[in-house]
Amino acid sequence: MKKHLQGSGLDESSILTDARKIIAPQIEDRSRRSFLMRGLTLGGVAMLSGCNLTDNESVETALSSMSRFNDRVQGWLFNPNTLAPTYPESMITRPFPFNAFYGIDEAPTVEEDSYRLEVTGRVADKRSWRLEELRAMAQTEQITRHICVEGWSAIGRWGGVRFSDFLKRIGADTDAKYVGFKCADDYYTSIDMATALHSQTLLALTYDGAVLPREYGFPMKLRMPTKLGYKNPKHIQAIFVSNTYSGGYWEDQGYNWFGGS
Amino acid sequence: MTKPPASPKVSSHPRWLRLTHWLNALAVLVMVTSGWRIYNASPLYDFSFPVSITLGGWLGGALQWHFAAMWFLAINGLVYLIINIASGRLFRRFFPLSPKGLVHDLWAALRGRLGHADLSHYNQVQRLAYLFVMVDITLLVISGLVMWKSVQFPLLRELMGGYDAARHVHFIAMSLLMAFVAVHLVMVALVPKTLLAMIVGRKEPV
Repeated sequence: MKKHLQGSGLDESSILTDARKIIAPQIEDRSRRSFLMRGLTLGGVAMLSGCNLTDNESVETALSSMSRFNDRVQGWLFNPNTLAPTYPESMITRPFPFNAFYGIDEAPTVEEDSYRLEVTGRVADKRSWRLEELRAMAQTEQITRHICVEGWSAIGRWGGVRFSDFLKRIGADTDAKYVGFKCADDYYTSIDMATALHSQTLLALTYDGAVLPREYGFPMKLRMPTKLGYKNPKHIQAIFVSNTYSGGYWEDQGYNWFGGS
Repeated sequence: MTKPPASPKVSSHPRWLRLTHWLNALAVLVMVTSGWRIYNASPLYDFSFPVSITLGGWLGGALQWHFAAMWFLAINGLVYLIINIASGRLFRRFFPLSPKGLVHDLWAALRGRLGHADLSHYNQVQRLAYLFVMVDITLLVISGLVMWKSVQFPLLRELMGGYDAARHVHFIAMSLLMAFVAVHLVMVALVPKTLLAMIVGRKEPV
């Protein structure tokens, strides 16, 4: 290849090669070191500035795609036959805490006489439901732990219609991906079908043996001991079955959509 | 007589170790600062963390950071443990470990008489500290899994003593990790060449 250099006393090519060999590790070392130093400094700046890294658009995009990934992992981890623990009556948290995105005085008042539960989407029977019709269905009760996304938890006793019974009754397409909820307090959320069909998922009409009071979601709340509190809608007015993702009040602001426990 | 061949030169901190160490440090930084913000949403004890040292801005943001970085912490930790065990390094570097040796090395360290000439050799105090941090992070991951998925991991939940107990375990394990980090950083400041060794590696005889 380098015939013209053969026999030459000054082999430029080999000098260059040698030089590169000597310099290369130093360059590599230095760039590695400066990369790490930059990394450390970035961390330091972030710490000092109170960490508003979340405001950065690309960081936000990365974090929400990780959240979507966690939705899929949770869907995969969800075992329809695994039951949430149930507790004796003596362990019920009294008083059970009120929790919403508004104060207890602002909880909506829903009139039983005029109330109709709307059912739409991928269901065979779209007629509206009156409360007494739901009360006429088979009722079940359970004492389970309500876990809030904030970390606290409380044990309560809910009774009502098994949601899978209700979905069957309205002829819902149980192969659809989502069940969504619209509420009298303008809250909205949606859940995966597997959780909707879980045997502990209740369309709760009572709390602690009495009609579900206004502060806990009259006339009904969806009670899922397999999901965090914000996934459990109260004051439900409309239920829809769909293949289109519709998010939720908190989910649209960044809470994880699956929100399972 | 001919001189014996020089012992083979290997790095006291192989590349995989340095890489997993720094990824772990970054993951721990993100996990801890976002975890403090999550803690503040419903403090388990009678205090809150200053918001300025937390990550995420609000609960939802902190949760996103926490549940993203957890994958890096767990996967990186697993890679570290697997290579450490499979290569035999874990047993070579961290054992034997005895109470007697520990007391001896601790006493020597407190009198400033513990040498750090050979960075590939861990004294007994270091062995215990590093083994402790491996167990502690494992405990953090397990108690974290119980809080994240208390229904789906019933065995782990019972192992932690229930959902509420897992919160305490998670917090205490975090506090112990912070105590380790504090001591670790002081030791690095006292023996700065260890920082260089962890960044660029260092050729040492085996």
